[in-house]
Amino acid sequence: MNTFYIVAVGSVASEVLDWLDTEAAEWFPFPVRRLPPLAIPEGWYDAARQQYQSVEVMKALAETAPRDTARLLGVTEVDLAIPMLTFLFGQAQLNGPVAVVSLCRLRQEFYGLPANDGLLRERARKEMLHELGHTFGLTHCSEPQCAMSLATHIDLVDTKKERYCARCGAHMARRLAAANGGSI
Amino acid sequence: MKGVWPILIVDDEEVMCESMAAWLREDGYRVDTAPNGRRALELAKSTDYAIYFVDLKMPGGMDGIETMIEIRRARPDAAIIIITAYATVDTAIQAMKEGAQEYIVKPCNPQEISLLVSRILKLKKLQRENAILRKKITRQYRHRDVVTKNPRMEEILALAQEVASLRSTVLIRGESGTGKELVARAIHYSGDRADKPFITVSCAALSETLLESELFGYEKGAFTGANAQTKGKFELADSGTIFLDEIGDISPKLQADLLRVLQERRFYRVGGGEEIQVDARVIAATNKDLAEEVQQGRFRDDLYYRVNVIEIRIPPLRERREDIPLLAEHFVERIGHELGKDIGGIAEDALKLFIEYDWPGNVRELQNVIERAIVTCHNGMLGESDFAWLEQRLGSHEPWKVPDVPLSELERRAIIAALERKQGNVKEAATALGIDRSTLYDKLKRYEITR
Repeated sequence: MNTFYIVAVGSVASEVLDWLDTEAAEWFPFPVRRLPPLAIPEGWYDAARQQYQSVEVMKALAETAPRDTARLLGVTEVDLAIPMLTFLFGQAQLNGPVAVVSLCRLRQEFYGLPANDGLLRERARKEMLHELGHTFGLTHCSEPQCAMSLATHIDLVDTKKERYCARCGAHMARRLAAANGGSI
Repeated sequence: MKGVWPILIVDDEEVMCESMAAWLREDGYRVDTAPNGRRALELAKSTDYAIYFVDLKMPGGMDGIETMIEIRRARPDAAIIIITAYATVDTAIQAMKEGAQEYIVKPCNPQEISLLVSRILKLKKLQRENAILRKKITRQYRHRDVVTKNPRMEEILALAQEVASLRSTVLIRGESGTGKELVARAIHYSGDRADKPFITVSCAALSETLLESELFGYEKGAFTGANAQTKGKFELADSGTIFLDEIGDISPKLQADLLRVLQERRFYRVGGGEEIQVDARVIAATNKDLAEEVQQGRFRDDLYYRVNVIEIRIPPLRERREDIPLLAEHFVERIGHELGKDIGGIAEDALKLFIEYDWPGNVRELQNVIERAIVTCHNGMLGESDFAWLEQRLGSHEPWKVPDVPLSELERRAIIAALERKQGNVKEAATALGIDRSTLYDKLKRYEITR
């Protein structure tokens, strides 16, 4: 129960995975390992909406998680959605080990703008912190600059900082210390 | 905090229920799900959900609209959002007619749902706060909370109870600070209008034109600055009670308008042509002798008889001195609690001082005196020393020493003191000074005393 796994769902740019490896190692007191990419079966695709069902991705990730998983973060380029909502930047099990982040709407290209690697990296890190925050029991924060604030639009992702606010940060520190047997 | 507002999602598709529930849980809400209307109803009976998301199309017995109707039967205040994949105007209209709060087409923009939920919860919060405050107010103004053991006061309270559920106009007379509004509220809150509004208007505080628009409201453009149609206090008090404080101070024109409302239960807004009907119980109060005002031609006799259907006269505190210790203890306890100070009580010597004092400002003055003492008190018990300033006002403990000043200065001070004692009432002050009113006016002018 002590490894932080990162797994690509479908094909994902390797530099993004590298950024997230580094970021995860910085934030979480677990060794970070990469799992072989998951293939996306046709059944996950909703042709009418031209999107992928996030619920299926989450299910597959949970099934993939090795025994010693502390947290498992899926990363995907495809556009995720659930039946009720037009899209998701990511999804997580509240207090569970699995989360997923979609890069699709974090890319400037999605909005018809030229690619911007620096911005993509920032956004991906924010969304990773956000979804992982949920896996440690955090719910949305009312502080707009906190990584845990709810972003329903890309502008709101950009408003966030790449960190938790003091209160959410304290919660994370407590949970991480407990997860790591109190050694930090 | 959001955990106190549970949400129920009703949909036959498990994926839809669970994914939406997960998303709302990330926002901190407690979310339950139900696969059909029957289960939803069971859950609704045991939990008071703040919001229900109900899918319009569900197979089996109950569809979304039926489920909504049943939920509303069990929970009339339920906020229900109807969800559908098919946006048809007909079903939307039907859903709204049956009382849905909102109607959304899935898939829905996350921002829209997030705003919708917070908007509904804001309203729920206000409703809950309102209910709590209303409870607080009614509790505060029940009859038994009027502190007294004076037989005349007890008679008054019994009368108030008797007339509470009648529609008859009540006139409450009493000096300022005797608790006229308290009695008016006690009447309102023990009658069958208790859950309806109780609206207070202080007639003395406003000029004629302001009071007119305050009472009757006005139409947009009725006068400069009338930017929007505004309801008056009579309309706001519809089906409840309107309390007209200091009714003896209103102008002849408004007296005529008021008479019309009392007689016909209808009126026009200022600048308006549409007649408005109201059912408001009127309770009026005055510290003047209205019969005297009628004789002097300052108050219309027909209005007087309309208002004075049931008369309640509240005695001044000095006529019910036996209530002073009771009231004092009551205020010490209440104000101490409000100010967060632990005050043990009032010492005998202070109570003796209280009983001797005449309390021209009546119960309100007593309350203020005690509040002031509690603020400055440091040893947990209010004694005579905490009211030293009151003793000076009482002034009976030491023989009066004539100050070394000119006679005119003595006269000036005597006039000011008399006016203060009579709260600026020139007629009463003149009587107290043993001179007639016109003489007093001359002297006010000479000494440049403003009332």
